[in-house]
Amino acid sequence: MEKRENLNRNLAQMLKGGVIMDVTTPEQAKIAEAAGACAVMALEKIPADIRAAGGVARMSDPKMIKSIQQAVTIPVMAKCRIGHFAEAQILEAIEIDYIDESEVLSPADDVYHIDKRNFKVPFVCGAKDLGEALRRINEGATMIRTKGEPGTGDIIQAVRHMRKMQSEIRRIASLDTNELYEAAKQLQVPFDLVLYVHDNGKLPVVNFAAGGVATPADAALMMQLGAEGVFVGSGIFKSGNPEKRAQAIVKAVTNYDKPEILAELSEDLGGAMVGINEEEIKLLMAERGK
Amino acid sequence: MKIAILALQGAFEEHRQMLLKLGVESFFVRNAADWERPKDGLIIPGGESTTILKLLNDLSLYDAVRNEILAGLPVFGTCAGLIMLDSKHLNTMNIQVKRNAYGRQLGSFYHEGKFDGIDRNIPMTFIRAPYIESVGNRVEILSVVDGNIVAARQDNQVVTAFHPELNEDTAVHEYFLKMI
Repeated sequence: MEKRENLNRNLAQMLKGGVIMDVTTPEQAKIAEAAGACAVMALEKIPADIRAAGGVARMSDPKMIKSIQQAVTIPVMAKCRIGHFAEAQILEAIEIDYIDESEVLSPADDVYHIDKRNFKVPFVCGAKDLGEALRRINEGATMIRTKGEPGTGDIIQAVRHMRKMQSEIRRIASLDTNELYEAAKQLQVPFDLVLYVHDNGKLPVVNFAAGGVATPADAALMMQLGAEGVFVGSGIFKSGNPEKRAQAIVKAVTNYDKPEILAELSEDLGGAMVGINEEEIKLLMAERGK
Repeated sequence: MKIAILALQGAFEEHRQMLLKLGVESFFVRNAADWERPKDGLIIPGGESTTILKLLNDLSLYDAVRNEILAGLPVFGTCAGLIMLDSKHLNTMNIQVKRNAYGRQLGSFYHEGKFDGIDRNIPMTFIRAPYIESVGNRVEILSVVDGNIVAARQDNQVVTAFHPELNEDTAVHEYFLKMI
């Protein structure tokens, strides 16, 4: 494999066991860094506000992203629209650490994702199941996250996506080698990627949870379901006490299997984001880009 | 022999895999109770140093870890683990470190180079890496890449700015285990 792709997979490995937080200003970025975030996602509006505002959601202003790069020393990520390789080129030009080709923004192409192998900067992409994850990896994504349902504060979709992915991985691992060709055909992915999953029982890149994480318990749930780290979008800065909640979620990801510690850090966090149930929403962002 | 791996955040699993290859037992330290277990050495992995420092403090591990290192516990720090041992963090090693010394992710690189005490070039993966700007008393420089110090040892402590755990070569882990 090409060295650059390896280095980009390696950066995701360094983020494991950590929390990546959505921030919209340098001040929020500093709060996130001080709370222990392992990276921040710079964007103009957090998903809950994108959902509320409606209209076309696009890449953020590079000036705003640069102001966040200057405010913190941890990696800074930013989103581009699905298929919008020109936005990705702009993000690469300002030396972003990771690009999220994200269904949170309005898709720019309803057929093609970005050919991510054309870029030096790494990409993370969302996936609902193993097929989507491996297709994105084949296009050059070096990190995967569940899609979940962004901006809802409702964990059900992230759980659904993570469970589906893990159960498909277990199924592939259990197959006889000569059955993998058919599995590759059904998943619409190259044989080599299916073989990797079969031999290793996991994706060839790091897999985070995202979309709907609002509490330390949500983060612990996703980690116990097999996530290697967590993205938190609207859940922090739409809550009553962002600083305290951010710190609690960071600790919950480290000690995700210690209920006594989780109980202690879940105390007195103030109001969680109100959220919105999946049957109440009109726009399913997770259905964008398959 | 049993090695504790600080597993607050970062690439701790990769170190466990390296030790497994060498037939050495290890366990993860995520809280003060884990730290109580008997150990012959400690690995501090790569990750984000701000996150790891914050969790060391919040989970009441900072003093306990620092005291054992000062008392002679062999320790191996990679990347963020190197930063954790410097004068601004756990302050157990006489080194001054420049964080993100090669810039952002586009500055990450792979190199094969010399390491004092290992008789061949070893793979070195640098990910948003730091380097050591200056060293004080008792610090032995083990590797220099492009004029910058990227590995060093002070008595019971060895550090690398790169990530030996990300490549197949187990030489640096073996070097550390020989210190025990």
